[in-house]
Amino acid sequence: MFNIDTLAIFYLISASLFILGLKGLTHPSTARRGNYFAMIGMVIAIAATLVSPAVQNYSLIIAGLALGAVIGIVIAMKIDMKAMPQLVAAFHSLVGLTAVLVAIGTYTEHAAAGHIGGITLVELGVGAFIGAVTFTGSLIAFGKLQGIMSGNPIVFKGQHMLNLALGIASLLLVIQFYQQGGLMPLLLITAIALALGFLLIIPIGGADMPVVVSMLNSYSGWAAAATGFTLGNHALIVTGALVGFSGAILSFIMCRAMNRSFISVILGGFGGEDDEGSEAAQAANQGVKSAAVEDLAFMIENASKVIVIPGYGMAVAQAQHALKELTEILDEKEIEIKFAIHPVAGRMPGHMNVLLAEADIPYDHVAEMEDINPEFATADVALVVGANDVTNPAAKTDKSSPIYGMPILDVEKARYVFVIKRSMRPGYSGIDNLLYYRDNCSMVFGDAKEVCESLTNELKNS
Amino acid sequence: MTETITAAGMSPAIVALFIFVLACFIGYFVIWGVTPSLHTPLISLTNAISGIIIVGAILVAGSANATGLEQGIGFIAVTLASINIFGGFAVTQRMLSMFKKKDK
Repeated sequence: MFNIDTLAIFYLISASLFILGLKGLTHPSTARRGNYFAMIGMVIAIAATLVSPAVQNYSLIIAGLALGAVIGIVIAMKIDMKAMPQLVAAFHSLVGLTAVLVAIGTYTEHAAAGHIGGITLVELGVGAFIGAVTFTGSLIAFGKLQGIMSGNPIVFKGQHMLNLALGIASLLLVIQFYQQGGLMPLLLITAIALALGFLLIIPIGGADMPVVVSMLNSYSGWAAAATGFTLGNHALIVTGALVGFSGAILSFIMCRAMNRSFISVILGGFGGEDDEGSEAAQAANQGVKSAAVEDLAFMIENASKVIVIPGYGMAVAQAQHALKELTEILDEKEIEIKFAIHPVAGRMPGHMNVLLAEADIPYDHVAEMEDINPEFATADVALVVGANDVTNPAAKTDKSSPIYGMPILDVEKARYVFVIKRSMRPGYSGIDNLLYYRDNCSMVFGDAKEVCESLTNELKNS
Repeated sequence: MTETITAAGMSPAIVALFIFVLACFIGYFVIWGVTPSLHTPLISLTNAISGIIIVGAILVAGSANATGLEQGIGFIAVTLASINIFGGFAVTQRMLSMFKKKDK
């Protein structure tokens, strides 16, 4: 009645629903339906597994499911949208740890029953390895994003050689495990991979966090796929491949948006968290114009088109709600307002979009870089709120600049540019922004939220 | 179990590889279609569905011949994967419900 084929059919249905779920994210209007598809797929997969003959013991499973549900939902409801990158990093670490536990548990149960093929052993070893790298790697990413540890890259001599040596050691252990089995090699593989996950992420600086988050997303998928190979479970294999590829593509998009190669990101050492003002930045003070909020309000009042460029600084200052008010006021005054999003604005792919959506700014006001770039030439005012490197024209003109070649938002082409900034301190990459010295650019110094709030007050009163 | 031959004459490991590679292609095309504005929900949704690893955890915890230790490992694994699934879907839902068009 309920045999292995029936189970496979249910897994096929759930895998299909996952694919449809991801497909739903093609557009915001179908996205929620997509999420429901994926939820139904998950319910089917879990239910089918529970009623399969292999499962005899229910109490612990039900307890675990319930406990996880409570913890998961409470976290999901309470989390601040600004903290999404940390949250997903933490979630990725859970997938990694689960993969490790499943590999070890599966090994000991099957070893006791006395039948494990060589291929399965390799799959178990690989599953434990990827799972463990994902686990510690994500923990470090979480620590950096949460500010528990510094976002500065941690580099030391011989780091890459050490990583290479650990990689080779785990490869040798997998071969040994393949030939002889045994719990010890499996645990050693896990231990080395745990160290490797840690070592791989510590040299990566804060500026590269969008890549790291995507990369760990990818790893967690491969960990699930490897587990699927071990268990001969096709639902896990398909899902793991989807997730793995999703993360890989996002990493690629992020690297492209920063004009960095994946390898150079992995090797790390670029972009600290809090670079103190360099000499260039001090000198910069002399060459820039500063403007008062009143000037900004006046220019916006007389504009017909305004483009806002939000960056992570907006999120830190929580200025998005003030920007929502600005959007409403300008809509009322029939001044066109748009938001220009660079792919790596924020700490994870799409981070700005979520923050703007959270502030109730309609998504048709929000445009991606390729779509908005031609429009800067027709904009009267470009307002930079907490973004920096992604507006730096040095990426186009200065061959010696570290960010040369990175695609940027063509902010400088707007008639007037206003940059809201706390100080002249350079951004993430520690590079001076040439935009600030342009004739059409003025700095409005202050906290992003306070400036935006006084701007809206100013506009309301006029 | 290892000498099981499927209808196509392939070993189970090769069938699995087949499925894996084809799924990679599906992933490639589907993910490139995702709009950049939904990349954060994409990460949280893929995170939720990678919680499918719970299937493995359930098999470890629910096996008839699991020892106490294995049951413990299985229980922790089920709990962690469950946090992922419920947390991932809930936070995705929360984010997606924020994406609105202009009301007018």
